[in-house]
Amino acid sequence: METHGLDRILREHRFFAGLDEESCGVVCGCARNVRFEAGQYLFRAGESADQFYLLRHGRVALEVADPGRGAVTFQTVGEGEVVGVSWLIPPYRWTYDAKAVELVRAIAMDASCLRRKCEADHDLGYEMMKRFVPVLVDRLQTTRLQILDVYGSNG
Amino acid sequence: MAASEPVVLDVDGLSALFEALKRRGYRVVGPTVRDKAIVYDDLAGPADLPEGWTDEQDGGHYRLVRRDDRALFGYVVGPQSWKQFLHAPRVDLWHGTKRGDDVRVEAAPSPSEQVLAEPLAFIGVRACELQAIAVQDRVLMGGAYVDPHYKARREGAFLVAVNCGQAGGTCFCVSMETGPKATAGFDLSLTELLDDGGHRFLVEVGTEQGRSVLAELPHRPATAAEIAAAAAVVERTAASMGREMRSDDVRDLLMRNLEHRRWEDVADRCLSCGNCTMVCPTCFCTTVEETSDLTGTESARSRRWDSCFTMDFSYIHGGSVRSSTKSRYRQWMTHKLATWHDQFDMSGCVGCGRCITWCPVGIDITEEVRAIRDGEPN
Amino acid sequence: MLPRIARTRRRRRDGPAVWTLDIEMADGGPPAFAPGQFNMLTAFGVGEVPISVSGDPADPSRLVHTIRAVGPASTALARLGPGDALGLRGPFGVGWPMEQAVGRDVVVIAGGLGLAPLRPALYRLLAERERYGSIVLLYGTRSPDEIMFRRELESWRRRLDIDIEVTVDHAVGDWRGHVGVVTTLIPRSAFDPSSAVALVCGPEIMMRFAIASLQDSGVADDAIYLSMERNMKCAVGLCGHCQMGPVLVCRDGPVFRYDRIRSILAAREI
Repeated sequence: METHGLDRILREHRFFAGLDEESCGVVCGCARNVRFEAGQYLFRAGESADQFYLLRHGRVALEVADPGRGAVTFQTVGEGEVVGVSWLIPPYRWTYDAKAVELVRAIAMDASCLRRKCEADHDLGYEMMKRFVPVLVDRLQTTRLQILDVYGSNG
Repeated sequence: MAASEPVVLDVDGLSALFEALKRRGYRVVGPTVRDKAIVYDDLAGPADLPEGWTDEQDGGHYRLVRRDDRALFGYVVGPQSWKQFLHAPRVDLWHGTKRGDDVRVEAAPSPSEQVLAEPLAFIGVRACELQAIAVQDRVLMGGAYVDPHYKARREGAFLVAVNCGQAGGTCFCVSMETGPKATAGFDLSLTELLDDGGHRFLVEVGTEQGRSVLAELPHRPATAAEIAAAAAVVERTAASMGREMRSDDVRDLLMRNLEHRRWEDVADRCLSCGNCTMVCPTCFCTTVEETSDLTGTESARSRRWDSCFTMDFSYIHGGSVRSSTKSRYRQWMTHKLATWHDQFDMSGCVGCGRCITWCPVGIDITEEVRAIRDGEPN
Repeated sequence: MLPRIARTRRRRRDGPAVWTLDIEMADGGPPAFAPGQFNMLTAFGVGEVPISVSGDPADPSRLVHTIRAVGPASTALARLGPGDALGLRGPFGVGWPMEQAVGRDVVVIAGGLGLAPLRPALYRLLAERERYGSIVLLYGTRSPDEIMFRRELESWRRRLDIDIEVTVDHAVGDWRGHVGVVTTLIPRSAFDPSSAVALVCGPEIMMRFAIASLQDSGVADDAIYLSMERNMKCAVGLCGHCQMGPVLVCRDGPVFRYDRIRSILAAREI
């Protein structure tokens, strides 16, 4: 049955490694399987951040649109990783585009569903934070290195 | 070299030394008074020596002062060192010519050819200077690549050392264990005696070459009193050093204090003028210059002294690694006292005090070491 | 030391202001070099600069250097066309630890122009493939049009015995590969961190981040090698310019084992 299979898939995803069975079940209630074809957008800048994605297969490019240059990709995210952190903080709005570079299979997590469950159960909320904060910190550190533009002719 | 009994030369004997060296084809250089300082230059004879002069030295202070006797070597060290002769300030390396497609590179006239024609004889080398020469010998001839220009000038050189009759205001050879007595590295060594017995020089022989030159000079064996007098000169000098620096732990002390706040303090005073590197007898850094004529057919490369205090000394694409005065002062001092040990198994400092005397703001390397040691966080 | 006369045979653009020169000696054969060593190249009338050898150490007929035109001498060298003369002294320096890496996994991490001094190591690793464990190349650069040595990368990719991942800091257009700093590729690479040897070359900041990432993955400090760069005038340890604390980059490097220079690198402006 779909939910049971999803439960297993969720638990096997690197992001939820170590989460206890009960919490998995709770979280699973906010999850569903999704798929994007190459070139399809997962979401666009400005849209409301209703869900985030745990990638199971394929690569997603995070882009911003630059009038002069078209879409500029500043990061790619791959299998086992997470796309979308803006759902965590108000105003819950995406600040960039996310495009499937190739066929992408992912678990889509309903953000407002998960936010509600975390409010109701702070232990669950803490488990979620423990998993998201490292993602944010890691993104911040790698972004800093990108900003330094070390490969420029002055670097 | 078996120690032989010291002998004595009088002032005429000293003249004879100059003659003997000239007869053998040496270019004789030594101290002389010029521009209110005692510098090293070509000497025609003892009359060119700074008779009756001494130097008064302190941080950022140098004055020549008249002595009340006629000592010929009654001063300490001036702004120059013997490195200006051995590690020439400017050396032509090679010359390139391009005619159409044909490009050739030729070495500048070999230093050996120039120098063999007129080898150098130094009169009046201080113990600290002998050590400085030994340091540059190690740096420029003791590694995998030998500097042929230094080697050519150095190998034929004849060194007449002089034991200091007094310590200078900024001297600390005792702390660095490089003096005040000249013990090695000379062909002949003189200790000037000026007392009731007259004006004479106790002479010690350092090499066979020295012995053979001495043989041509009028001399007599030294008396026991003269030997004692010479020893007393050295003792008196050793006891009156102008500065001191505890030197046994300096390497580790500096390397574990690279972020000590004293570096900020000295950076506030340092003008980054580079005087210290110019007067220091062991500083050896050089740079190269490429020049060409307007048509591009002739080009040449030459080498000249450089200083780690210049902004572009450490320049790589994008900027200098050491752009702050603080980092450049720290580089100079830690190289001289600490990493020189890692690179050459010896200290780079001989305790001559020139960097203290000739710093326009009187930065004192011994004081900086003391401040770092005393202010070390525990 | 006198420069020997060399002539440019071919010149190829390998990126914005980056040119690869294929040169031959006017007199006799090219000097044999070890991967990671450099030559001092003279642009007559302009100056002399250190340039890593970027060619195949096993091919005695070709001497290849990749040059980025940043100053007067490198710009003059980068402009040399077929038949033009230049001066050459070398090779100098300590190269990559090819022998120490035998029997172990090798992770090669290149940033920007850093791929040039690493290319000879890659040629050697692939030519003697059976002597080494897994080989991984992680190459990061600014954008897709700055990727160097594309043909080589493509042909190496076609081999099944080397893992290659290329990433860029940002991309426009139809780039479908990784975007992100090269350090992000390290945790996901297949090598045994407890025994692998890492060869790292690129801008100093990138190398520091890469080393941190390697350490996080469990690679020991004495298994990491990096190539340093400093101002050089003589390349033979006599002019004092390339000092980095107690070491001279021209003589003790440019390749250093990380644990031996770790404390120097930690100091600022050293």
